Amino acid sequence: MILRRVAGWPSWEMRNPFEELERLRKMLDSMAGGTLRETSSGVFPLMNVTEDKDNFYLRAELPGITTEDLDISVTANGIAISGKRKIPDAGSNAVYHRRERESGSFSRMLTLPGQIEGAKVEATMADGVLTVLIPKSEKVKPRQIAIRTM
Amino acid sequence: MADTETKALQDKEKAQVTSPAETTRPGPAFIPAVDIFENEKELTLLADMPGVKAGDLHIGIKDGVLTLSGETNPPEKPSEGDILREYRVGNYFREFTLSGVIDQEKIEAGLKNGVLRLILPKVEAARPRKIEVKSA
Repeated sequence: MILRRVAGWPSWEMRNPFEELERLRKMLDSMAGGTLRETSSGVFPLMNVTEDKDNFYLRAELPGITTEDLDISVTANGIAISGKRKIPDAGSNAVYHRRERESGSFSRMLTLPGQIEGAKVEATMADGVLTVLIPKSEKVKPRQIAIRTM
Repeated sequence: MADTETKALQDKEKAQVTSPAETTRPGPAFIPAVDIFENEKELTLLADMPGVKAGDLHIGIKDGVLTLSGETNPPEKPSEGDILREYRVGNYFREFTLSGVIDQEKIEAGLKNGVLRLILPKVEAARPRKIEVKSA
């Protein structure tokens, strides 16, 4: 608890006093195994990855980040995302009441569980949510095998 | 500003709304992060609401309380199975009490790249005036 305060929670008093309790409750919930557990890697941006028969889908919430400030590259079996979140200056005569949104740079690498078709990766940005469609390699896709009758 | 932009961004779990009143829609509701700043003419509020479309964003003022609520729909198709889940998707909800200096008729809102920008103009009378001192 002390560590957390030292490690930069400047607005501790401003926060909801029940937040810590809520965190504890969620932790207990996840220990009970009832809900799907979120496992954070501790690196920005947080990502959700899903798959279906043909593709992997990678999603990340990046509000206020334009496509120009985002860089996505494909590696052998992973995706690297880096970029910068800029927050425009409010002007010299502006006075801040609250400042919760953060600016800064980020860089993250994610390895996918399976071979991917690197040349066919597509990325879209809509309403501040990035979606990367990563087709699975033909080699690893499940294939239906026809049974011949003799 | 320069040093904040080179700083590495930290991951942050979304803060969940813990209000005694339950929402009618099931699922979690999150508190959007906001910036609020003021100059002589107006107050500006910026709120991060990724995944909210303009039509699903509701901004209301009642009895001097500004309510922001945004609905999101899960982006996944039902056929998709989870591999990694680090963040949750849910609605956004936050309320602010407005002081009397805001001209509630002239509030403007815009949503771009998942960020809401709300301009709250001040009423004429509340704008600061410079008082000149005349030398006698």
